[in-house]
Amino acid sequence: MIRKRLGRTGLPYLLLLPALALELLIHLVPMVVGIVMSAKQLTQFFIRDWSAAPWAGLGNYRVAVDFSAPIGRSLLNSFWVTCAFTVLSVGLSWLIGTAAAIFMQDAFKGRGLLRAAFLLPYALPVYAAVITWSFMFQRDTGLVNHLLHDQLHLTSGRPFWLIGDNSFTALVTVSVWKSWPFAFLTLTAGLQNIPRELYEAAAMDGAGVWQQIRRITLPSLRPVNLVLVLVLFLWTFNDFNTPYVLFGKSAPQAADLISIHIYQSSFVTWNFGSGSAMSVLLLLFLLLVTAGYLFATSRRKGADD
Amino acid sequence: MIDPPASYRWTRRIALTVLLAFTLTPVLVMLSSSLKPLQDVQGPFRGIPSTITLRPYADIWKTVPLGRYFVNSLIVSGGATVCSVLIAILAAYAVSRYRFRGRRLFTVTVLSTQMFPGILFLLPLFLLFVNIGNSTGVALYGSRGGLILTYLTFSLPFSIWMLAGYFDSIPRDLDEAAAVDGCGPLRTLVRIVIPAAVPGIVAVAVYAFMTAWGEVLFASVMTNDETRTLAVGLQGYATQTDVYWNQVMAASLVVSVPVVAGFLLLQRFLVAGLTAGAVK
Repeated sequence: MIRKRLGRTGLPYLLLLPALALELLIHLVPMVVGIVMSAKQLTQFFIRDWSAAPWAGLGNYRVAVDFSAPIGRSLLNSFWVTCAFTVLSVGLSWLIGTAAAIFMQDAFKGRGLLRAAFLLPYALPVYAAVITWSFMFQRDTGLVNHLLHDQLHLTSGRPFWLIGDNSFTALVTVSVWKSWPFAFLTLTAGLQNIPRELYEAAAMDGAGVWQQIRRITLPSLRPVNLVLVLVLFLWTFNDFNTPYVLFGKSAPQAADLISIHIYQSSFVTWNFGSGSAMSVLLLLFLLLVTAGYLFATSRRKGADD
Repeated sequence: MIDPPASYRWTRRIALTVLLAFTLTPVLVMLSSSLKPLQDVQGPFRGIPSTITLRPYADIWKTVPLGRYFVNSLIVSGGATVCSVLIAILAAYAVSRYRFRGRRLFTVTVLSTQMFPGILFLLPLFLLFVNIGNSTGVALYGSRGGLILTYLTFSLPFSIWMLAGYFDSIPRDLDEAAAVDGCGPLRTLVRIVIPAAVPGIVAVAVYAFMTAWGEVLFASVMTNDETRTLAVGLQGYATQTDVYWNQVMAASLVVSVPVVAGFLLLQRFLVAGLTAGAVK
C-alpha cells in the first residue's frame, strides 16, 4: 500500500524526468559552464584543455564594458544597433500582424488561400528565405535595385544594400517579413476566442466597425499581446540566423547584431573567455527586461481588475 | 461584424493587397530565378526568364552534395520531432493532470530556457559534447545524435506549454471513467488523452520539425562534412567565386518544399492547437 502511494506521488516526477534531464544537459549545465568560462582567460592557447586556463576574475567583464577601448565601444555600438533593430522589427511585425488578423476576421472569398500565403514566410526555412532576400538585395543583379533604380528611378545610382548603412534597412525588412506571420497566426487564434455576441451587442448599440475594433477586439487581445510581444522581443533580440545568412560571417557595422558580434569576437579572435562574458551580460540584460516587463504588466493588470 | 461600411472594405482590400505583394515577392523571385539560365542571373534582374530551363534543378545535386545534406536534415529533424513530441506528451500530462510540489517551478524554468541567447550555451555545449566524447566514447560532437538532442530541447518548452493547455481542455470525466474501468494513469494517457489531443500533437510536431529544419547557428558549429545539414550546406553555392544564383534559388525551393507542404496541409491544426493551448 505504501509502495503504491509512493508510486502515485512519484509518477509526475517520473513523467517530467526526460524533459528535465535534457533541459539540464543542453541548457542549464552549459549555461553554468559558460558563466565559469567568462571568468577565465580562455584564449586560443587553452582550447584543448580549457580547465588549465588561468582565472581572470572579472577581467573579461571589465574589458567588455570599458567603452573607451575598441572592444567595449564596438560592443556598445552593437547593443544600440540591436535595440533599434528589435524595437523597429517587433513594432512593425506586431502592427502588420494585428492589422492582417483583424482584417481577416470576417469570412470573405479566398480567405483560406490568403491566409496560407501569409503564413508562407513562417513556414519557409529561415536560410532559404533569407538567401532569396540576399539575392534580391544584390547591387547589380537584384530585384530591389532593379525596382528602385531601373523602373521607378527613385535613386540616382545603384545603392549597396548588404554593406554600409543601408544594411540596417535591409535587415529590418527581412526580419519583419519573417516575423509578422507569427504575430498574425497567434492573433488569429486569439481572435477566435472572442465571443461573437459581443460584436452583435455592440452593433445593436450602434457601434461602427472601427469602434468595435477599438472597444472590443483590441482589449480582448490584450492577454495574447502580452505574451506575443515578449516572445517576439526575445526572438528578435537574440536573432542570429537572419544576419548570419544575409551578410555572411562579417556583418556590416550598421547591422552588427549582438549575437553575431559575440559569435565573431569568439571565433575570429578565439577569445572564448571574453565572448562568454559578453553572453552573460546579454543574458542579464534580457532577464532584467523580462522581469521588468512581467512586473509592469502584472501590476497594470492588477489595477485594471 | 455585419456588413462593414465601404471605407472599411477599401482599407482592408488595399492593405491586404500590399501585404500579399510584400509576402509573395521573395517566393516568386525564388520560383522564377530557379528556372533561369545562368546568364539571366548574372546581368540586371529580370522577372521572367529569357528561356525556361530545368538545368538548375539537375545541377544543384552536383555543385554541392545536396542529397547528403538533405538526408542528414531529414534524419536530424525527424529524430528531434519524434523525441520532442514523446517527451512533451509525458511532461504535459504530468503538468496538466497532477498537482505536485515544484510544478510551477518546472514550467517557469523550462519556459525561461527559451529566452537564453543561443550564443551563450553554444560554446559550453560544444566543449561539453567534446568532453563527453573523450571520456565516455559517445560521439555527440559532429554527430547527428548530438544535433537531435540539441534541437529537441529547442522545441520542447513551447511544446510542453501548448500540449498542457490542450490536455487541460480535455474533460477530466473521461479520465475518471477510464480509472473506474481499471485503467492506470499511463493507460489513460494512451487510450483517452492522446486520441483526444491529436490536433494539438500534430501542431506540436509541425512546430518541432520546422524548428529543427531551419536552425543555422548550432548546425554551423556542431556538424562536420559527413553530418552537415541543409542549413549550412546551402551556403556552399554562395562561397564559390561565381555565385550560381539560379542554382541557389532552385536548391532553396527544393529544401523548402517538405516543410511548406507539411505546414500548409496541417496549418489548421496549428491554429486549433494554438487556440486551445497557448492562447488562454
